[in-house]
Amino acid sequence: MRNVFLFLKRYSVFIFFLVLQGLALSMLFSYNRFHQTAYGMFSNEMAGNLNERVNKVESFFTLSEQNKALREQNAALLSYLPSGSVVPDSSFQLVSDTIAVDSLKSYRQYQYFDAKIISNSVFLQQNNIVLHRGSAQGIVPNMAVVGTDGVIGTVISVSENMSIVMSLLHRQAKVIAVLKKGSGLGEVSWDGKDPRYLVLSKIPKTIVVKKGDTVISSPYSDKFPPGLPIGYVEKIDQDQETNTYKLKIRTAVDFYSVQHAYIVKNLLQEEMDRLKSTVIKE
Amino acid sequence: MSLFFKNIIRFVLILFIQIFVLNKIPPLHQFIVPYFYFVFILWLPFKIGRTPLLFIGFATGMLTDMFFKTPGLHAAACVLIAYVRPFLINLLLPKEATDWGNEEPSKKTMGSMPYATYLIFLTLLHHFYLILLEWMQFGSFFYFTGKLIATSLVSILLIMITDLFLNRKSKLR
Repeated sequence: MRNVFLFLKRYSVFIFFLVLQGLALSMLFSYNRFHQTAYGMFSNEMAGNLNERVNKVESFFTLSEQNKALREQNAALLSYLPSGSVVPDSSFQLVSDTIAVDSLKSYRQYQYFDAKIISNSVFLQQNNIVLHRGSAQGIVPNMAVVGTDGVIGTVISVSENMSIVMSLLHRQAKVIAVLKKGSGLGEVSWDGKDPRYLVLSKIPKTIVVKKGDTVISSPYSDKFPPGLPIGYVEKIDQDQETNTYKLKIRTAVDFYSVQHAYIVKNLLQEEMDRLKSTVIKE
Repeated sequence: MSLFFKNIIRFVLILFIQIFVLNKIPPLHQFIVPYFYFVFILWLPFKIGRTPLLFIGFATGMLTDMFFKTPGLHAAACVLIAYVRPFLINLLLPKEATDWGNEEPSKKTMGSMPYATYLIFLTLLHHFYLILLEWMQFGSFFYFTGKLIATSLVSILLIMITDLFLNRKSKLR
């Protein structure tokens, strides 16, 4: 017994080293589950607050570019306003219908929340974005995040006033995508090399792909509104092992300078989830 | 100014530079990530105990991780260099660590060759471990070696520039 204590005393520094090392590594390798826990919440708020202050100064320098992008989007949105379009003259009388479901009216599926990006990175292997919107504003994990130019990422963790977004430039990010011309379902991921380019795989070789083709979010995605640009085909490679292409695509969003984002809430999500869970149960 | 407060101010400054200046620089190349924050551990005074040193290393790493959003990655690397540091100082310097006053490793206190060895060895070790951990999760061997060399060179350059710039005083009251 005495020898055990002597041993412990002698190697106490080494044991302490091993304990701290083990603690750090266990945190690292359980990252995916970890960001839900208390440390995640605490560090989100704290790091987020500091980031936000510095970001105020930073965003000042890109004001003109941001203004331009917002103006362009405003113009695009304004053109959809009913007051901007001419109503055709209908000289016949409208009869009120008694059917409960109005087949002419369309229902809104996606709701957009404006959010400011307060921290962003592009050169790590797991790039995350922090947004200044959180659970107090109705944000929950797994919501889609889009920019003025296209898809940005997915919300993975939420605290009171901040949320962390897994950007497309994350080694674990995967988004289902289609080609605008010729469709063909594929998967967009990032190879961790150049933040300007993503990889689109699993597009079958039967589809004709040309350089410059637009890659958009798929209509089958339950998060992303369909038809949002993800990128543009830059280089076409044949995957030798399978019967698919491996396409290098340029990102639609400029991840280096993105400052504003919209968080997208799918209003049908809950119903979809409920329906899916009944299938899984059986 | 006491040693304690001096180091706290230095810590905040170094972390601030790492996160809000170096991390914001557009990447020159995919291999280059300018790491600088770990220099705090290299510049701690000689006389600091081994257990407190390990703990400071862990805290430095965890705080950096908060901003990098990689819980544990930088902490692991910092704890490793904090553990190796006393051994290296014993190897490079004839004196016992306790014989030193409040001095800290620098060109003046250690001499330029031992200081350069100290700097380069710990930088390489830190980056090696950091990039190895990253590589174990994903990446290729070429990526690993390329990134190790490029990132270490940039870090050593940054530290040497800072050393020339600051001309840290070795004596403190």
